[in-house]
Amino acid sequence: MTALIEAHGVSREFVVGQRLFAAKPVIRAVIDVDLDVSSGEVLGIVGESGSGKSTLGRMLLGLLAPDRGTIRIAGKDLPEIDRRALAKLIQPVFQDPYSSLNPRKRVAAIVALPLAVLGIGSAGERRARATAMLERVGLPARYADVYPSELSGGQRQRVAIARALIVEPKIVLLDEPTSALDVSVQSQILNLLLDLRKDLGLTYIFISHNLAVVEHVATRVAVMYLGRIVEASDRDAIFADPRHPYTRALLDSVLTPEPGLGVPDTGLGLTFPNPIDPPSGCAFHPRCPEQGPRCRIEAPRAIRDARLVACHLYDGGTAVP
Amino acid sequence: MPLLEFDGLTVDIATPRGELHAVRDVSFRIERGETLCLVGESGCGKSMTAFALMGLLPPTARRTARKFRFEGEDLDRASAARLSALRGDRMAMVFQEPMTALNPAYTIGDQLAEVHRRHKGSTRQAARERAVELMEKVGITAAAKRLGQFPHQLSGGLRQRVMISMALMCGPTLLIADEPTTALDVTIQAQILRLLVDLQRDLGIAILLITHDLGVVARTAHRVAVMYAGEIVESGTAAAVFDLPRHPYTRGLLSSIPVPGKTPPGARLGAIPGIVPSLVGELRGCAFRDRCAHASAVCAMPVAVRSERDHDWRCVLDARAVAA
Repeated sequence: MTALIEAHGVSREFVVGQRLFAAKPVIRAVIDVDLDVSSGEVLGIVGESGSGKSTLGRMLLGLLAPDRGTIRIAGKDLPEIDRRALAKLIQPVFQDPYSSLNPRKRVAAIVALPLAVLGIGSAGERRARATAMLERVGLPARYADVYPSELSGGQRQRVAIARALIVEPKIVLLDEPTSALDVSVQSQILNLLLDLRKDLGLTYIFISHNLAVVEHVATRVAVMYLGRIVEASDRDAIFADPRHPYTRALLDSVLTPEPGLGVPDTGLGLTFPNPIDPPSGCAFHPRCPEQGPRCRIEAPRAIRDARLVACHLYDGGTAVP
Repeated sequence: MPLLEFDGLTVDIATPRGELHAVRDVSFRIERGETLCLVGESGCGKSMTAFALMGLLPPTARRTARKFRFEGEDLDRASAARLSALRGDRMAMVFQEPMTALNPAYTIGDQLAEVHRRHKGSTRQAARERAVELMEKVGITAAAKRLGQFPHQLSGGLRQRVMISMALMCGPTLLIADEPTTALDVTIQAQILRLLVDLQRDLGIAILLITHDLGVVARTAHRVAVMYAGEIVESGTAAAVFDLPRHPYTRGLLSSIPVPGKTPPGARLGAIPGIVPSLVGELRGCAFRDRCAHASAVCAMPVAVRSERDHDWRCVLDARAVAA
């Protein structure tokens, strides 16, 4: 398999707030992330708010430059890829189909816009391709001339998917694509995404906080915590045998619709880290049920074999070395 | 005697397009110390049901009920002032977004104390002592120090704990929680739900939990009521509804979520075709019939409720036909 996306040592910081004399506070949103995505994969990126998953996504889309590190897509350095060429490589679908569609444009025009920007086809051809793509995502021709406000949330997300696919990209980056939708609509969109991937040979990066959904769609999973990837591996391995204590807590937190099991105890403490002033050593240690003295001092390195895990438990133990 | 009894609750909202029937002939009861989950998708009327119960409906809404009893008191003709006196005292509410539910301009301590002073007429000092006691009970560390903090200085999980301690200030018998964990991260969600379950066991309060999340329902509910288009279409014990769902809508909902360890990854998920009907204008028969694979001509007629032990559903099909 060829690596379609290769990210190495990618980091990004944000300055937050203003201080007149003191140093400005900085959030390290993404820290030293390595990532390979092969053609045809679905890479699920999971993490809670503030984990850096969306910032990483924006860097992969070329919307945000990393402070350090390199991103290569289809063998080329991202900054050297011309914007038009990049648009044909990777396209986004965002969480909120209410704010991501222009309310003053009709659906067919929204979907055809990327073609117009890229100067592809005549106006008539663009419209024909847009209506064909709308049909492909489950919106019959009668929807071509309605405004987004006339559509339900699920229908709007279909429009957003059609717009992403109209230029035939290789990769689609889906950032919480079903989080704003009702569950019965979520299943329709997930079914559609899985069909499209199979039929069109797409590669997905699927960012979500919902582990049940990620397990369902992803072939590989990366777990992020406070800017770092703390564990990454094949889907089956990570769900059957999670290694990082944070991954285990995340999996324990999934509430499956099985009555009688009660609410799980995640074993996580009440402290919640401040991303401006992250904990020393391993950023997860204040919440970790298995923390040791070493975790407070030393940040764990990523141990790589068939899978990646960044935890002292797998690198000599949590006692001070 | 149940703690809360609603019989034939109806909420109509005046809109420019006509009357919107947000809640249609809903009946339920909550026993002391039990958790009832109202579950459904957006627009199904679950939040409106809670607002009707609290007397917090918008001015354009009209509530009628054949019976509305709480703690043995008839409230179907109660004045706004009477409901206001009960609210925060005997029945208390926890909302989805603690940042908007708390006043950003007042300290945590002031907001907690105000509830107690208003309903119990206690002194400032006594109210603050009660606040510290409850904040410790809901697992907030350094509670006394936090009294002087403002909501924006707390994380989302802590704010929701503050909201819960505020709801408990006057010792309510009923806690109404409207999507209390939807805005929280998954690990925090589990912690907050555990807290609610523990509080219920320790204090014996009843909880009306409103959610769209079937996982939350399965893990917390004693009894479940599934709402669709303003009606309760199925209700029963959590075990009955999840293990043997009778209504095609409930079945559709349950089949649409991937369940780790059960749904094969990548397999087709169940889907409910079509969209929710408009609740404006006259509605007759089963509101789900346009989306239902089992619909027939009789579904256009009013549908009687079928019952089996402690399990009710509003569908003309008998259980075996739905299962087939």
